[in-house]
Amino acid sequence: MSTKGMALMTSTSSRAPEGRFPPGRLAFPHRDLTGIGKLARHEILYLLDQAQQWVALNRQSAKHTDLLAGLTIINAFFENSTRTLLSFEIAGKRLGADVVNMHAATSSVKKGETLIDTAITLNAMRADAIVIRHGSSGATGLIADKVDCPVLNAGDGQHEHPTQALLDALTLRHALAERGEGAEDFTGLTVTICGDILHSRVARSNILCLTALGAKVRVCAPPALMPAGVEAMGLEVFHNFDAALDGAEVVMMLRLQSERMSGQFIPSPREYRHLYGLTTKRLALARPDALVMHPGPMNRGVEIDSEVADMAGRSLITRQVEMGVAIRMACLDVLTREARGVEGWA
Amino acid sequence: MKQAQALTITNAQLVTPEGIVPGALRCADGVILALGADVGPEEGDEVVNARGKLLAPGIVDLGVFAVDKPAFHFGGITRAALMPDQSPPLDLPSRVGFIAKSGKPDLWVHPLAAATRGLEGRELAELALMQEAGAKAVATGRRWIADSGVMLRLLQYAAMLGLVVVTHAEDGGLAGEASATAGEIATRLGLPAAPAEAEALAIARDIALAELAGARLHIRQVTTARGFALVREAKARGLAVTCGITPAHFMLSDLATVDFRTFARLSPPLRAEADRQAALAAIADGTVDVIASGHDPRGPEDKRLPFADALPGMAGAETLLAMTLGLVRDGVIDIPRAFALLSANPAKLLGAPAGILAAGLEADLALIDPDAPWIIDRRKMEATADNTPFDRQGTQGRVLGLWKGGVRLGAGA
Repeated sequence: MSTKGMALMTSTSSRAPEGRFPPGRLAFPHRDLTGIGKLARHEILYLLDQAQQWVALNRQSAKHTDLLAGLTIINAFFENSTRTLLSFEIAGKRLGADVVNMHAATSSVKKGETLIDTAITLNAMRADAIVIRHGSSGATGLIADKVDCPVLNAGDGQHEHPTQALLDALTLRHALAERGEGAEDFTGLTVTICGDILHSRVARSNILCLTALGAKVRVCAPPALMPAGVEAMGLEVFHNFDAALDGAEVVMMLRLQSERMSGQFIPSPREYRHLYGLTTKRLALARPDALVMHPGPMNRGVEIDSEVADMAGRSLITRQVEMGVAIRMACLDVLTREARGVEGWA
Repeated sequence: MKQAQALTITNAQLVTPEGIVPGALRCADGVILALGADVGPEEGDEVVNARGKLLAPGIVDLGVFAVDKPAFHFGGITRAALMPDQSPPLDLPSRVGFIAKSGKPDLWVHPLAAATRGLEGRELAELALMQEAGAKAVATGRRWIADSGVMLRLLQYAAMLGLVVVTHAEDGGLAGEASATAGEIATRLGLPAAPAEAEALAIARDIALAELAGARLHIRQVTTARGFALVREAKARGLAVTCGITPAHFMLSDLATVDFRTFARLSPPLRAEADRQAALAAIADGTVDVIASGHDPRGPEDKRLPFADALPGMAGAETLLAMTLGLVRDGVIDIPRAFALLSANPAKLLGAPAGILAAGLEADLALIDPDAPWIIDRRKMEATADNTPFDRQGTQGRVLGLWKGGVRLGAGA
């Protein structure tokens, strides 16, 4: 029966695989997950390794463990979200925690309560972990300073979206392993990220994560959507998508917000597609078996064509969603170990 | 409060434009009578022994956002020019008249008249009536005036009245909602950022319009290498262009904003290190005329927010003197030049009869120990708010005594 399997998983999750990481808490000494920028390479790898067991669990028919039973996780989303919120909610519930969602649209935030007051309120309700999405860069760190429990960043302004970068890395790790190209990290892998780099927290977290794991990162965007000084993050900058695709092994497309396509940054969606849309023809410029990723939701026919998005064996887009749940389970597990009194972590 | 008894401060190092002179300073009826090595107390004088410390003119702080007496007195500030960005803005003669009297007798507040109604950059405010009510200069406020036609008419009108126009140099279209300077730091933090050239663009336009109008232009804060180059070039051509800076921009770069420290959220935003170096060079070579505090105390409701949502500004009055004396210790300027930047030049811009130790000028005096060490501690500040980006930094230079019109003030001692 599956309960036996669960018990086994519970015990493995409290112990790092032998030799690869420092023991216990030293493998991941952070209380919060506010950004990839705060993590060392081995800490990223640790989270990826820890997610592996949850990938396996999520593929079973009984997808439940009581690892976090009794714990309360609050998903405080000050910005609209469907898939990230759902993913965190499923992750918490599969681990047996009580999950509560707070939507900004229906909260006192609209009545002028400050972010700090909201944080203090959530803290007083004795949450065991708080997941935050907020429209301002740095908001998660601000809340983390005011509460007693771990805080997970589910996207803060244009700063970071760390679980997205981790799930992308986990997805890539799986896809490469299936091809027999699996390695511990992504040393030498060429990844092209194309889209609104300027406003994208997904891009920032992915740049940090991929470069930390050894990938060669290229970013591609029109000049108005490319942040100044981004080359200092150790990557190559392109404005011509065809050139950026040349020889790329992974192509990561970003969503372009419709309000940026109405003349402010881009003259029109069809002009954007003309220059930066990932079509089958364009994809042929990359390595023949290049993988395609997109954090979703997609603007089909704008930044990515349906034929590319749905290309079996090449498009990892639905796999990304699957890995998202596993990586969030791993983050919730690791960050609550101290509170749960796990040996070596408390 | 009138000075009741003549005062002689003996055994002082007198800070004069020509250099530091050992000697005494005598004042009566609020006015300096004499100073120098051969000056001594007369019968009936109150005598203060300076014990060899510096006696300097009181600081004239050009462009503060709040009247904050305890902080000003702690920092040796005896006159402050108040920005028109008040609630409501200083765009009516009655408001200007009220502010002009508000600090007396122990602090002179010089209101800066709002250039346009509501500081909206569209219609000229009643500048002549506000001048009559006590306005010493005109200011565009926290923002620049986007409409070049309005700006030209403003400069022409102010030139006719003989008023300096104090501007904020950031091209509004480029700066937009930005809270940081475009570059690696802002990119890593994901902050809305504007290129540093937003400043040079604004300065170039305002200099061109001031030249056309024959107006006196004071750019309150210049913070970029390109901005300093434009001012330097305008001065070389003999234009009546001056500029200022606050200590934050010559002490800090955008590195201070990592970890989203909102006390380092300023307007203009902190710049790259190369621009900070350019600021030091511009202070050294005379391009910069004024160092001011930009005093803008802001409580947690304005600062305990995500970086881009926090309001810009810092409480700077208490640290202005020490930070400027830091430039002396670093060999950028000497002490007479420090007080030209802090007192003489801003007084001259405002047309105030102060800012220099000279017979006939008002006896606004600061007795200073330039070496006294102290640690800036936001929990111990005199200001109405504690938003200093220099918290826990060690520094040197303290005010030992402060006189406004020959009358000793309680604080700052």
